[in-house]
Amino acid sequence: MSTTEAPAPPEAPTEDAALPIRKTPTRKRLVPYWLLLPGILWLVVFFAAPLVYQASTSLQTGSLEEGFKLTWHFATYWDALAEYWPQFVRSVGYAAIATVLCLLLGYPLAYLIAFKAGRWRNLVMILVIAPFFTSFLIRTLAWKTILADGGPVVGALNALHILDVTSALGITEGHRVLATPLAVVCGLTYNFLPFMVLPLYTSLERIDPRLHEAAGDLYARPATTFRRVTFPLSMPGVVAGTLLTFIPAAGDYINAELLGSTDQKMIGNVIQSQFLRVLDYPTAAALSFILMAAILAMVTIYIRKSGTEDLV
Amino acid sequence: MTTTSTPQSSGGDVRLHRISKTYGSFTAVHPLDLTIPAGSFFALLGASGCGKTTTLRMIAGLEEPTTGTVELAGRDVTALPPYKRQVNTVFQNYALFPHLDIYENVAFGLRRRGIKSVKKQVEEMLDLVQLGPMARRKPQQLSGGQQQRVAVARALINHPEVLLLDEPLGALDLKLRRQMQLELKRIQTEVGITFVHVTHDQEEAMTMADTVAVMNGGRVEQLGAPAELYENPATTFVANFLGTSNLIEAEVTEAGGTELVLTAGGATLRLPTRRCSTPARKGEKVLAGFRPEKVVLAHADDAAAIPEGHNRMAGRVKIASFIGVSTQYVVDVPGVGELSVYEQNIGRDGRLVPGADIVLHWEPEHTFGLDADQSLLAGTVGDAGADLDEEAA
Amino acid sequence: MAATDTPAKDPAATTATAPAPRRTSGKGLRWLRRNLVTLAGLATLAYLVLPNVVVMVFSFNKPNGRFNYQWTRFSTDAWTDPCGVADMCGSLGLSLEIAVWATVGATALGTMIAFALARYRFRARAAVNTLIFLPMAMPEVVMAASLATLFLNMGIRFGFWTILIAHIMFCLSFVVTAVKARVMSMDPRLEQAAQDLYATPVQTFLRVTLPIAAPGIAAGALLSFALSFDDFIITNFNAGSTVTFPMFVWGSAQRGTPVQINVIGTAMFLVAVLCVFAGQTAGNRRKRSKRS
Repeated sequence: MSTTEAPAPPEAPTEDAALPIRKTPTRKRLVPYWLLLPGILWLVVFFAAPLVYQASTSLQTGSLEEGFKLTWHFATYWDALAEYWPQFVRSVGYAAIATVLCLLLGYPLAYLIAFKAGRWRNLVMILVIAPFFTSFLIRTLAWKTILADGGPVVGALNALHILDVTSALGITEGHRVLATPLAVVCGLTYNFLPFMVLPLYTSLERIDPRLHEAAGDLYARPATTFRRVTFPLSMPGVVAGTLLTFIPAAGDYINAELLGSTDQKMIGNVIQSQFLRVLDYPTAAALSFILMAAILAMVTIYIRKSGTEDLV
Repeated sequence: MTTTSTPQSSGGDVRLHRISKTYGSFTAVHPLDLTIPAGSFFALLGASGCGKTTTLRMIAGLEEPTTGTVELAGRDVTALPPYKRQVNTVFQNYALFPHLDIYENVAFGLRRRGIKSVKKQVEEMLDLVQLGPMARRKPQQLSGGQQQRVAVARALINHPEVLLLDEPLGALDLKLRRQMQLELKRIQTEVGITFVHVTHDQEEAMTMADTVAVMNGGRVEQLGAPAELYENPATTFVANFLGTSNLIEAEVTEAGGTELVLTAGGATLRLPTRRCSTPARKGEKVLAGFRPEKVVLAHADDAAAIPEGHNRMAGRVKIASFIGVSTQYVVDVPGVGELSVYEQNIGRDGRLVPGADIVLHWEPEHTFGLDADQSLLAGTVGDAGADLDEEAA
Repeated sequence: MAATDTPAKDPAATTATAPAPRRTSGKGLRWLRRNLVTLAGLATLAYLVLPNVVVMVFSFNKPNGRFNYQWTRFSTDAWTDPCGVADMCGSLGLSLEIAVWATVGATALGTMIAFALARYRFRARAAVNTLIFLPMAMPEVVMAASLATLFLNMGIRFGFWTILIAHIMFCLSFVVTAVKARVMSMDPRLEQAAQDLYATPVQTFLRVTLPIAAPGIAAGALLSFALSFDDFIITNFNAGSTVTFPMFVWGSAQRGTPVQINVIGTAMFLVAVLCVFAGQTAGNRRKRSKRS
């Protein structure tokens, strides 16, 4: 319908620079900054700035009556560490054990939901998620009932002489579970289990089930398939889950307070009582700074080692 | 610089004037002049990353040109945002709104322009694309072909001056694609709107478009009617990208008359001077090209029967593959290399098996000449330039 | 293998089913091995659900003392008088109020950040990402103590507003993460198509972007609500004498736990299960219709 003469290809004989070049208007370029402004401001003022404030508080000396002054008193850190190192070690230890237990308990459950639950998947998912919406303090108190001295759990453990073994190992005391390390770790594990199961499930669910068949086809036994295919592919979930469990568990003081005795106090309990009861703000600040630094260092090393930096 | 004669008023002409696009140091489109006449079906053809989609998006207003202007129906629209241009697009993968049903997808443009009673128009449009009963379905419930028709309806209902189609058939399977090609051509003839169509599929471009612009590396290599581009390619890229070509390097032994005489691999070839896109002087090199389907294979024993005046070359059959409508041969010609030949399957010669000595011959009129200063492989499948990612552009 | 008479390597032999014929024990062992993962998963599930069951059962208890830890006898007293404990329902109302406002605030601010991160290129992107990530990687007690330090230093009175500020702060990152994932997975061509079809930028946002991003925003909001409503540690440091529901429960663990706490816990659990169930059914129906 239109006749076109075949022309020579339109070349660009002139320099591009000779043509007027358009620039994006400034107003348009500022859009992302306006979007960021309120939220980032909030985080800077109420998250980042407080950390700086706390750093300065940790170096102050004084008392409530006379007020605190910045005296660059680094000794607070040494004193705090010298006095509360058992609680630090206990926090890291309890959190690590709870994380490992969460992984061991959570993996089969995540695997079950991802590959085996079939039409029950939704129901199981609901049962994993729903506790999130029930006050976890109430649920933690329920463990007091479950592990009560005269209760069926302790009775069964006694009958099987398991408590004798655990007492010998030092994780329970006498014929009771409450107010022992076992109860605290049990509570920690329970409280953070969903944080392990959900990321594990997310990364397991992404695995194409045909990979299992392919592995089987290539002479891998089920155990080998798991070790060589499934588990490596679920690594992002493992890393995310362990971090989401370990970090809050290390700073927790609720389980130690409700299920433990004074011998199971964690560093969170110390910070809480220094801040809210003793009102020794410099010590509380120094302790939480040490906790933060320790956790950030451990998390960084862990992420580097596991080779999943893109997770962050 | 592109001269075009239009049968209609220049009402809906698209004029691109020295338009270009650069991203940082990467130039997606070099300064380009192009006039697309009103009412035509125009195709921008090229491999991924050649700048064709960027050009289309600059017409739509989705991409701001670094330099140059876009004119629609005689009006400079370069500074207008997409929602103020009388241009609509059928997007790659359709971009149908997943949260709206088919009816609301089609009505979207009318509603945004403040038109209250859309019912009649939407129903008419859905009938045009034969989707009336699907009005209340969601896009995800439709097949690929149906989604494609919704995308066309959603754009056409606005009566744009120009309809832009970005790889509209890319997501469809081969059979459906053939059917939709004819369907789109029918709709275009019916509504008479200018269609600008971007595709990497040369067959699709040639089937539908009146005019094809072949793009490569951000430039238009050649522009013209499909048959003209095919029969008379101006560059090796066009020769290879549109169909298949045999290209052989040859030396000019005689020049000046209406015919050039060339030698290649010991054979003497003749080429009409007007079919050579480069000025050729005696002693210089040119590329002689010819299409595989224009060549006839004769067994060496029958060489005497070859008509006088044909270009001829002797060789040996290397591979013979039966395709159905044709048999495709790869022939080894000493001193030249491998050439392809497509023979229609009428009275097949049983002697033409691998290893057989043959003579291939074709009319000089079917030869074309190209500048020898370019890659023989430009535009072929293995050409590295063709693998650039369009999204990266 | 069941036919061989080797006595060892059969763990089933140590269990109570040992006297059964070897063939069945082999079968049982195989069944056990095949379903080991399922059984372990179900055991974990039981561990997860057990406290909820206990909470539910003990909401029908009538304890003798102040503490509701030991089963005494069945009673529906607490259910018929859920607000019969001084201050409990007031703290519940306060928690709901704070959760609603924290959700509104965090969702609005977080959604804006998510859009900026998902849709624009700008400088300081890495710094913004770190600032979003850090609150999620920080023990709550650290954030709680440092924010309280700030408020103390500024001489701000603890109460409703300090709690709200703190809750918005720690919910923000979760909203950003949820919304960003959704916006990133959205085809940018949808917005271009809207603009191509004469929608102004504002119309494009309201008619296309927002409806499509809605599930992500809803997920972020829901998470915010749950986190804020249930938060104890950060509230503990920043509440002063104001008592939210978790703080009421904390206090009652010292003073005596009224049965009504279990009633509230059970009600929350049931409402949550119903909500999640309804949400999942709706989601499934949408998915199924997509496939057909």
